[in-house]
Amino acid sequence: MSGVAMTKVPAQTVAPRIEVRERQEPPAQKEPGKVKVAVRNLDFFYGRSQALHNISIEIPERIVMAFIGPSGCGKSTFLRTLNRMNDVIPATRVEGEVLIDDHNVYETGTDVVDLRRKVGMVFQKSNPFPKSIFENVAYGLRINRLTRRHSELEERVEEALRDAALWNEVKDRLKTSALSLSGGQQQRLCIARALAIRPEVLLMDEPASALDPIATSKIEELVFDLKKQYTIVIVTHNMQQAARVSDTTAFFLLGKLIEVNSTEKMFTAPNEKLTEDYITGRFG
Amino acid sequence: MTTLTGLCTLFAVGLLIIILSYIAYRGIGSLNFRFLVDSPRPVGEGGGIGNAILGSVVLLALSSAFGLPLGISVGIYLAEVGKGRFTSAVRFIVDTLTGIPSIVTGVFVYAILVLPMRHFSAFAGGVALALIMIPIVARTTEEMLKLVPHSLREGALALGAPQWRVILGVVLPAAASGIATGAMLAIARVSGETAPLLFTANGSRFFSYYLDRPIASLTVQIYNYAISPYDEWHAQAWAATLVLMTLILGINIMVRFITRKRF
Repeated sequence: MSGVAMTKVPAQTVAPRIEVRERQEPPAQKEPGKVKVAVRNLDFFYGRSQALHNISIEIPERIVMAFIGPSGCGKSTFLRTLNRMNDVIPATRVEGEVLIDDHNVYETGTDVVDLRRKVGMVFQKSNPFPKSIFENVAYGLRINRLTRRHSELEERVEEALRDAALWNEVKDRLKTSALSLSGGQQQRLCIARALAIRPEVLLMDEPASALDPIATSKIEELVFDLKKQYTIVIVTHNMQQAARVSDTTAFFLLGKLIEVNSTEKMFTAPNEKLTEDYITGRFG
Repeated sequence: MTTLTGLCTLFAVGLLIIILSYIAYRGIGSLNFRFLVDSPRPVGEGGGIGNAILGSVVLLALSSAFGLPLGISVGIYLAEVGKGRFTSAVRFIVDTLTGIPSIVTGVFVYAILVLPMRHFSAFAGGVALALIMIPIVARTTEEMLKLVPHSLREGALALGAPQWRVILGVVLPAAASGIATGAMLAIARVSGETAPLLFTANGSRFFSYYLDRPIASLTVQIYNYAISPYDEWHAQAWAATLVLMTLILGINIMVRFITRKRF
């Protein structure tokens, strides 16, 4: 690591207009990583209506990619195809390929359990289990039998809670109900729960949409820290948020992927007219 | 509106209180320790309902052992696993079963168990009561599971949990107190059943632990004493009723204690 520190996301969140933060990352880290997730010609159907049209995209390792677009444009649906969470919705159909580490996750014989261990997910509404704080984080470790001894389990839970920047707030009450936490804490608990099983990719479906500005900025700081270790895909309604946390942004409209570009370029000089119209607020 | 609904509530609750206090008033006189532990004796010699209390407990335990796991499983199937037309058919059948008069269940078990075995048995009684419990438990379990937010299931699935672990580890515990309430209602319901037991467990004037022999129960004992011509037995029937009601109350309190909200 060079001496240049990574900038933290500033605590103030309501920017008057979209500003792309100055990045001071050392050039060594800028060099494009290996492709982690590659999607080729993906179509998705809810029954007879097609929700995604021919989507192809590559997501490099250890970056934050933001999906933006108006409501109902398919960005959440697309996110959920990456760890096959749409499988649980009846009468849905996928065509095309989703390659994670060059392995097509829709191939017959893919172990969905393995896939979801590798590709973690945080939902829009925090959904802690009605168990203790400790048991929430330990859940993924227990079901996947990732720890042998109880002491190891405790270590992994602590590590996950630290990574999610929640440890200091909950370390004295791990045995109390997760539902006693505030909304922002619950969401960070859900992030800790996803991190505990050490996924390689983390999907976040509007993780801060139900949170107040302070809790939101905490989540954003967290996202920024986490990309050192994880590939993060974040769906957001909030364009300032996309500008603040992501390296690359993808713009979706009506089930189509309109543009993928570096966030800086996207918010200053997008290639597509549609993107510009959306970002400048002409529609959406 | 407040006055009207308040008056109706007062009327309904008042009736209940009158029934309960009348039973207590009539029953308390014959109630003593010997009455609770002795087995019945001929008229004029006292005797008690100890064997009937034991029998009722055995029958309830038996029917719970058969009925609760089956009923809860059917409920899980209806809420979590099954889809489409078959599930709707199952749901309809379960609803219909809830409405079957209990004496029909008794006659049915008489035909399929008592006749082939050639004698009444506690086992047959337990089966009859379980058949009454299953639809009640199944439907309440289904309703309670449906109340568990979908996001909890997704959260667990996203952590790599297979469906059965999601159901056992997350959904069922989240619905546990509701399911326990359903189970409690079912137990309370069958503990008051008499008709199906007349054809199956029948009754006995002795202490019995054997599942393949007839066994006494509070309800059948109350029935036999109530239709007898003897004043002493009438008084004992009232006392047995009081015991039965206390037993049901006890079950209620116990289940509430076990399933009190912890998280």
